[in-house]
Amino acid sequence: MSETQSLIYLDYSATTPVDPRVAEKMIKFLTPDGVFGNPASRSHAFGWQAEEAVEEARGQVAALINADPKEIVWTSGATESNNLAIKGAAHFNERRGKHIITVKTEHKAVLDTCRQLEREGYEVTYLDPEPNGLLDLAKLEAAMRDDTTVVSVMHVNNEIGVIQDITAIGEMCRARKIMFHVDAAQSAGKVPIDMEAMKVDLMSFSAHKIYGPKGIGALYVRRKPRARIEAQMHGGGHERGMRSGTLPTHQIVGMGEAFRIAKEEMAADNERTRMLRDRMWQGLQDIDEVYLNGDLEQRVAGNLNVSFNFVEGESLMMSLKDLAISSGSACTSASLEPSYVLRALGRNDELSHSSLRFSFGRFTTTEDVDRALASLHKAVDHLRNLSPLWEMHCDGIDLSKIEWAAH
Amino acid sequence: MAYSNKVIDHYENPRNVGSFDKSDGQVGTGMVGAPACGDVMKLQIKVGTNGVIEDARFKTYGCGSAIASSSLLTEWVKGKTLDEARSIKNTDIAAELELPPVKIHCSVLAEDAIRAAIDDYQGKQG
Repeated sequence: MSETQSLIYLDYSATTPVDPRVAEKMIKFLTPDGVFGNPASRSHAFGWQAEEAVEEARGQVAALINADPKEIVWTSGATESNNLAIKGAAHFNERRGKHIITVKTEHKAVLDTCRQLEREGYEVTYLDPEPNGLLDLAKLEAAMRDDTTVVSVMHVNNEIGVIQDITAIGEMCRARKIMFHVDAAQSAGKVPIDMEAMKVDLMSFSAHKIYGPKGIGALYVRRKPRARIEAQMHGGGHERGMRSGTLPTHQIVGMGEAFRIAKEEMAADNERTRMLRDRMWQGLQDIDEVYLNGDLEQRVAGNLNVSFNFVEGESLMMSLKDLAISSGSACTSASLEPSYVLRALGRNDELSHSSLRFSFGRFTTTEDVDRALASLHKAVDHLRNLSPLWEMHCDGIDLSKIEWAAH
Repeated sequence: MAYSNKVIDHYENPRNVGSFDKSDGQVGTGMVGAPACGDVMKLQIKVGTNGVIEDARFKTYGCGSAIASSSLLTEWVKGKTLDEARSIKNTDIAAELELPPVKIHCSVLAEDAIRAAIDDYQGKQG
């Protein structure tokens, strides 16, 4: 623990700490003196009480997105929800067609699921976003075919925080009777979601991105008109047959409480994180050759993704020992590849290699931001002094005109 | 990524950072790598009339291991003849800095850089 004491946590898009109010509630569903029963036990009060807690949480999750509690299916997290939604809908509609549309900047949980479906004989179109990260709806429309059965577009991008126009895409899909799935892991509790207004058939959620515990998520499955999916996990027929497995009461209660708090505090949280994000961005303006990745307006409040030109991302991270941040997304930060999201935006290699994601949240302070800014200035100075590319840039050499010997 | 203490030391206190005048006849310059790959290394040597490397400079765009590899190399080549410098192996650099397998390419790049600098110098002597 002591190792993290002096670290400034600016990685809320990777995960959030559990809100103490959530943890306090969860602990009541574990121990012998608590409600530890199996929610599926119908023959005694231990089970009934657990079931009641699960249903209360289901209502809390549904309330945040203006849905019916019966439309919420518990899963282990957004990755499982994405798998269940896309494979489930593709398999169920197999006789109608085998074409799926998604976007190159989706999370790996969506992209890799689509790759698996390709191996099963499906055809997948991966759309390029515009340079600001947003999807051109005309390009989406052009990609839709008679045999298209599923469109999957994330609400908020995990790396660059841009918000896609889910309402408009929903209209396009509904008009063509295409199942529309949305990965909302990064948007729930941060961007208003209204299932009455949005024509979304399937939507994935995670608890740990909004101050709930890890290991629990949900899939929204629309009832009217009914979205039908094929189960991917078979067993006791839990969750109306869509996802078998004993319900983890304490996790579910934690997710419910996190979503309840999010509904109450979303406006205030957003105002604070937007202020912190803007303070960070303003504080970087005196550094030359700093680029914002992704649209600034259509963007979630707590995300800032910046490229420091002529500085390599991994060495920059090494200089920022007091900052817990990520270069690219957490799932790719162990690899040496530049961010695939930034590449899909058409960012050049240098900028893709030098991106950092700062994400702010409920427990971030202005002091955190100011300390981060001081570290960043120092690190960028240090590395640019070492950078032959920066030297060439200062000498007025156009780096794109040089023939590099790739290795 | 866990870096060895030697990598961290070279990264935090890089030796011989800077540039010589490329057009100086005594100077050999090697620039290897590509921004697309995430590493570009520029290594320069200044060679005395006796054929011994008197001084060296580097600038590197890349990860901590790439910076450390080039920083270490500038220390090693000083006082060496061109033939001695040419015989430095990437495996020596990797061993000295305790580079993990995924970072071996950084030491290969450093080896390429010193050879390119020597070639450049020798080309100038015609």
